[in-house]
Amino acid sequence: MKKLSVKKLCVKELSLQKLIQCCGLLLALLASVCAQAQPNTAPPAMDATLQQLTKASLRETGALVEHLERVGGKTMRPLFETMLAGDLHYHKETGQLMAVRKNVDGDRLGRDVFSGADFGVQQRRDIKKIRVNNRLRSQLRSALGRMDLFHGSEAEKRAAVEAILDDLSTENMRLLESAADAGVGAAVTDLIDLAEAMVRLRDSSITDERLAAIEVMSERLEAPVRNQLQRLVDNENEQDMVVKAAAAKALDKISGRIEFYGQLEQLFFGLSLGSVLLLAAIGLAITFGVMGVINMAHGEMIMLGAYTTYVIQQLMPEAIGYSLLIAVPAAFLVSGSVGVLIERGVIRHLQGRPLETLLATFGISLILQQAVRSIFSPLNMQVVTPEWMSGSLSINPVFSVTFNRLYILLFAIAVFVTLVMILKKSSLGLNVRAVSQNRDMAKAMGVRTEMVDAMTFGLGSGIAGVAGVALSQLTNVGPNLGQSYIIDSFMVVVFGGVGNLLGTLVGGFSLGVANKFLEPSTGAVLANIIVLVCLILFIQKRPKGLFPQRGRAAQ
Amino acid sequence: MIRVNPALNTVVKNVWSTVGSVLSNLRQPGKGSSMLVGVLLVTTLAMSAANLLLPVDSPLYVSTYTITLMGKYLCFAMLAMAVDIIWGYCGILSLGHGAFFALGGYGMGMYLMRQIGDRGVYGNPDLPDFMVFLNWQELPWYWSGMDQFWFAVLMALAVPGLLAFVFGWLAFRSRVTGVYLSIMTQALTYALMLAFFRNEMGFGGNNGLTDFKDILGFDLQSDATRVGLLLVTTLLLVIAILTSRAIVQSRLGRVIVAVRDAEARSRFLGYRTEHYKVWLFVYSALIAAVAGMLYVPQVGIINPGEFSPLNSIEVVVWVAVGGRGTLYGAIVGALLVNYAKTRFTAIMPDGWLFALGALFVIVTVYLPQGLAGLLQRFSGDKPEQAAGRELDSDASNGVSGREANA
Repeated sequence: MKKLSVKKLCVKELSLQKLIQCCGLLLALLASVCAQAQPNTAPPAMDATLQQLTKASLRETGALVEHLERVGGKTMRPLFETMLAGDLHYHKETGQLMAVRKNVDGDRLGRDVFSGADFGVQQRRDIKKIRVNNRLRSQLRSALGRMDLFHGSEAEKRAAVEAILDDLSTENMRLLESAADAGVGAAVTDLIDLAEAMVRLRDSSITDERLAAIEVMSERLEAPVRNQLQRLVDNENEQDMVVKAAAAKALDKISGRIEFYGQLEQLFFGLSLGSVLLLAAIGLAITFGVMGVINMAHGEMIMLGAYTTYVIQQLMPEAIGYSLLIAVPAAFLVSGSVGVLIERGVIRHLQGRPLETLLATFGISLILQQAVRSIFSPLNMQVVTPEWMSGSLSINPVFSVTFNRLYILLFAIAVFVTLVMILKKSSLGLNVRAVSQNRDMAKAMGVRTEMVDAMTFGLGSGIAGVAGVALSQLTNVGPNLGQSYIIDSFMVVVFGGVGNLLGTLVGGFSLGVANKFLEPSTGAVLANIIVLVCLILFIQKRPKGLFPQRGRAAQ
Repeated sequence: MIRVNPALNTVVKNVWSTVGSVLSNLRQPGKGSSMLVGVLLVTTLAMSAANLLLPVDSPLYVSTYTITLMGKYLCFAMLAMAVDIIWGYCGILSLGHGAFFALGGYGMGMYLMRQIGDRGVYGNPDLPDFMVFLNWQELPWYWSGMDQFWFAVLMALAVPGLLAFVFGWLAFRSRVTGVYLSIMTQALTYALMLAFFRNEMGFGGNNGLTDFKDILGFDLQSDATRVGLLLVTTLLLVIAILTSRAIVQSRLGRVIVAVRDAEARSRFLGYRTEHYKVWLFVYSALIAAVAGMLYVPQVGIINPGEFSPLNSIEVVVWVAVGGRGTLYGAIVGALLVNYAKTRFTAIMPDGWLFALGALFVIVTVYLPQGLAGLLQRFSGDKPEQAAGRELDSDASNGVSGREANA
């Protein structure tokens, strides 16, 4: 979903590019008159070598690349990458090297390899590709790896070493050694040690040395390690039974750890689902749990929050990164004020008649759904994920968590804590609790119960709107968004125990985790069904939920 | 000042008194449903005759489309009555009665599916089309025997009945009441909807069961079969009304109303309230299942959408509009709302949900007794009940302080 919208953006950019292209052509003309090349086009000393590339045979190209790498070092990176991708061309008349790539319309767009300066559309017969073969490609790849290894950032160095683990040639090992001598961080040193261990296991014939190597390897989770150990175990010709047994054991240990991380990942997904459920249910825990009002339009409050996010993003397309920060309070206000309206307009008249409230609010939910459908469209809306929420945090080679789920998990907990603080510490919270426990007495003490009702309902609805902002990052934003959460949220609240916020927290997370742990064996839908049925049975057994309210308030 | 013609005045008075007497007649226990039964029988017979006997160009000719539509409405009316029996008389708001309706419908749908035989697209004599499509080799065990009409009907009654029994037994025994029960029933139908959407369940998944050819050897497309189905529907609806009236007017019915109005007190008096509730719940589920069975051959399709919680809640609105706690109210409500829906969706499809939503709100806020309550207020019944309701501490039912009024 999100990718689509990115694509759209790209298309827009492309049409912009055409404009720029025309300017670019003019500029290129000017440049050819004024000077030979822009300062960062290519290091001047290399120009001669670079020109040779256009005439060299495949074999000669290899030598040239070697030379370029030695002399140019890191600066040659864009050239090598272009070559590796097969985009490197030269103009037949001027001999100008360029990276040529087709755009969506099929035009060939030339760019300077180093500066990226635009050369405009190129005719097919004017340019010629600089050929690369497989040998050259692997040479380029290792050249790029070397660049990363010696000049790259710590992360690039790691990636380079990890790539080498797949190809432990003597040459590569020498490279690693010299890199280690040049000085690297601890993580990279570990990786280099691992590579050495892998080589020892492969080449050495001394049992002790190989066992030590296996020992080192058994601590790691990288895929090449597993592959090598597996190959060793499967190898018929392997004579050394001790080593073989050790390898099998190490393999067991590794797969045990991978399984553990798999479980951890499962748990994270469960918590993530739980945070979604918690967010959806937490507003309901206020309106239903504390006030005792059945708000079937609760899901639509979530939906309104999600649509608010969409509208905000439409209003500020240049600052998507900040849109969510603005959407959170905006959604709170929108959903909250709609909630207050509903309370003042309808629910107030149905005090003490929960079943009627249920029906009336359901009617409101239908109206809101149809309103959104008429105003926007029945189709799903595209909500963009800001950059800081995309990507993932990789903890080790087999376990990584995506940022959006992680942030939403943290956000859910933050919302929960805020809400608990409001209820426990603020005067509004005190009034809310007083009214929910004994309305008449609260009234007699001078609490403006009507006001408190409206504010509580507004608070619950506003929180639902905030939940909508978070959900817009995970699911489709459409008119039915709310409907799909309403039953789940009610189940979470009832399961946790009505009137108990902590119960909602525990309920949400345990349902999420249960769902995700069932999923691998049953599939998503069946897991959902099983959890629902178990919940129904649970409520029959304990009608008051996990944490029943005790004392007078329970009546 | 407006001068009123005295003659006109007396005419108006006369009309009012006749209307008043009719209305107060309606309030007699059982009168409302008797009149309704009469009207139903006469109307459907007249419609059937008009369809079969009159030529197509006659101004009184009733199209087969209308016949089918009427049959559909009557099925909905029966479903509404089922909900009314437990909600209006026993105070149990079920938001999952669509589940029983749909289960009954699936039972009938399975029979009709088997009747297709080798006339399906794939021409497989044993397997329905969707199973051939899914590459299934043989009929799942739960489909066996469904080619026998009696067995299919039995299953279509037994499965929803059993489900209602188990659910009711568990819920009422542990005294799950009020809103909790409503949410549970909703979760139940939601879970069933998710289940029936799965292809692996063997009920046609998303598309459900459709393309039916004939029932008991009669072609489903022919006018005579359609009329026959309408008459059968009417007859069964009448039987259901009469049985339900007998139940609510009996001693059992009085206990049920007592459970609605003061469950704890009835329990203290020695009644096993949960038993009454369970049996009434099962009875209501069976009626809903019969309605579903009659619905499927008339509309020609059953799919998991029938399980959707929205459908079940809509039924509750029909009952609320007509007036719960009166059998005729539920039926009139179902007929009126569905007629409005048909007209409305034809004129402005987008407006229907607005209208339905507004109906929910208006009826619950301003018309807690529905149209039947409106009638009673007009016929000079002074609102002593309204006062009674204010005082009533048991908040979960708004129709307290009233006798069972069939």
